[in-house]
Amino acid sequence: MSAIEQSFKNVMAWIDDRLPVTEAYEKHLSKYYAPKNLNIWYYFGIFSFLVLANQLLTGIWLTMSYVPTGEEAFASVEYIMRDVEYGWMLRYMHSTGASAFFVVVYLHMFRGLLYGSYQKPRELIWILGMLIYIALMAEGFFGYLLPWGNMSFWGAQVIVSLASAIPLVGEDLAIWVRGDFNMSGVTLNRFFALHVVLVPLFLLVLVVLHVLALHEVGSNNPDGVDIKKTTDDTGKPLDGMPFHPYFTIGKLPGIIIFLFLFCAVMFFYPDGGGYLIEHPNYEPADPLKTPELIAPVWYYTPFYSMLRAATFPLFGLDAKFWGLVVMAGAIILPIVLPWLDKSPVKSIRYKGMGSKVMLGLFVIAFFILGYLGTVHPTPLRTLMAQICTGIYFAYFLLMPWYTAVEKTKPVPDRVTM
Amino acid sequence: MSESSVNSGRRNFLLGATAVVGAGGVAGLAVPFVGSWSPSARALAAGAPIKVDISRLEPGEILGPIPAWRDKPVFVFRRSETMLAQLDERPERLADPASERQQQPSYAKNSTRSIRPDIAVLIGLCTHLSCSPKYRPAIEPQEFDPEWAGGFYCPCHGSKFDLAGRVYQGVPAPSNLEVPPHYYESDNVVVIGEDEGVA
Repeated sequence: MSAIEQSFKNVMAWIDDRLPVTEAYEKHLSKYYAPKNLNIWYYFGIFSFLVLANQLLTGIWLTMSYVPTGEEAFASVEYIMRDVEYGWMLRYMHSTGASAFFVVVYLHMFRGLLYGSYQKPRELIWILGMLIYIALMAEGFFGYLLPWGNMSFWGAQVIVSLASAIPLVGEDLAIWVRGDFNMSGVTLNRFFALHVVLVPLFLLVLVVLHVLALHEVGSNNPDGVDIKKTTDDTGKPLDGMPFHPYFTIGKLPGIIIFLFLFCAVMFFYPDGGGYLIEHPNYEPADPLKTPELIAPVWYYTPFYSMLRAATFPLFGLDAKFWGLVVMAGAIILPIVLPWLDKSPVKSIRYKGMGSKVMLGLFVIAFFILGYLGTVHPTPLRTLMAQICTGIYFAYFLLMPWYTAVEKTKPVPDRVTM
Repeated sequence: MSESSVNSGRRNFLLGATAVVGAGGVAGLAVPFVGSWSPSARALAAGAPIKVDISRLEPGEILGPIPAWRDKPVFVFRRSETMLAQLDERPERLADPASERQQQPSYAKNSTRSIRPDIAVLIGLCTHLSCSPKYRPAIEPQEFDPEWAGGFYCPCHGSKFDLAGRVYQGVPAPSNLEVPPHYYESDNVVVIGEDEGVA
């Protein structure tokens, strides 16, 4: 052993006596056994880490040139785009990153639905993940106001006005959130604080808890088989491999492909044809002029469609209030998913026809809702949105029934490759 | 007192009392943080009433540039005789034709929802989710309504209002457009933001 290695060992021993660094490294990386049959769907958790790092880094750099006031915000974004060295690149990395974040998180969540990753004993992982998703929606919403373009302004106006749909206190609540009678620089300034400090803190804590909870029970896999049941003499799962180096290095090619796609969008289609950065946002915020069509960024459109789908009053309460209830319900309902699924098997591979059909319908309805949220409402489109909203809720609310009655296939003892 | 005997009743009382006092402290501490989000003195001062000159407003026209009170757009427009005549023709299409909901000061609770029949003063924000509706005064078929009788159309979610700011049935907006407090200082000047005789 060379002198350098020896002194490294001594330093590590000194640290480990005071802080369990080696223990944590082994628990979470070199001796964390992940199933060897993980497929392409298991890339998106890692991708979301990558995007999170991108958002934090570029976000911090953007705050160095951005001014969060009603008078200067729009001009400071133009300054970043035109005058700051590499400012355009940092901003596009951040704005593309926001959309990429939702792409990978939606696929990551879909993976959970596909393979029953929310089922016992992973309920808390799912709940923490849902909280991350909700925090992410808040983060995206606050961030979207910051460029202070006209779509920023009116998009935020619409969402803040949602508060006013709450009976009795709604109007005062909306004024309290805005800090003004209407959206203004005051609102912008506080959203900035929430976007760069408060929500990111929450997000980071939640992400750490999400991973700790995962490492406590271990990763699920496409077969939904518990790999800890079949171990060798030393207690290592036969169907598992250490996360590092097998998965860290093993996933590098996937990461590179992801970064290629990311860069393609960032360099060549940064506004994504108006879906990633909307065209009215190239105009400064104008409190007196609503854009012809208010559409949120694509990742909110399914829920926006559901908000608009409520068009009739019920039980003496306005349609507007029910729109809020439907939208909030659609976002919150998946939290209880682990207790809605009564199936004895986890993975879609072994579930019955009912689960497959419902998951398929759910995905189709979600895409249609997403499209409808980007266009003007017409009577036919509103009807479609209402049907799709029904399917969305049916997927969750009927789950206790269709997962209980359907015929499942036998699950193998070991994972299949 | 012996080491082993624990007075659990007293211990629970002390724990409970500490928790209650602590919760009181947290509630007290929350006051400045919550209060700090309310409109500042500057925002309140900026919400003072505005004066609008309507001398050059022709029948059928809306005052432009749109004036703003409390940063909200205010629609001030002059209705022509034809417009006024058809206001009460199809009340069945409206959700609240008699303005029963408190969306206007008492002096504007009438068939034209205004002090003067010809001049309308409305807050230009949709009562649904606060988009600003578009002024479509022409009494002619529209893409969004083949029997359009003039009024406002909200591009965001398709709410429709007539030329008195009354909401149509079957649209997302729950109530008529709000009429702000206002009065006429003279024939040609309207003060928006307070009732007559307040200041």
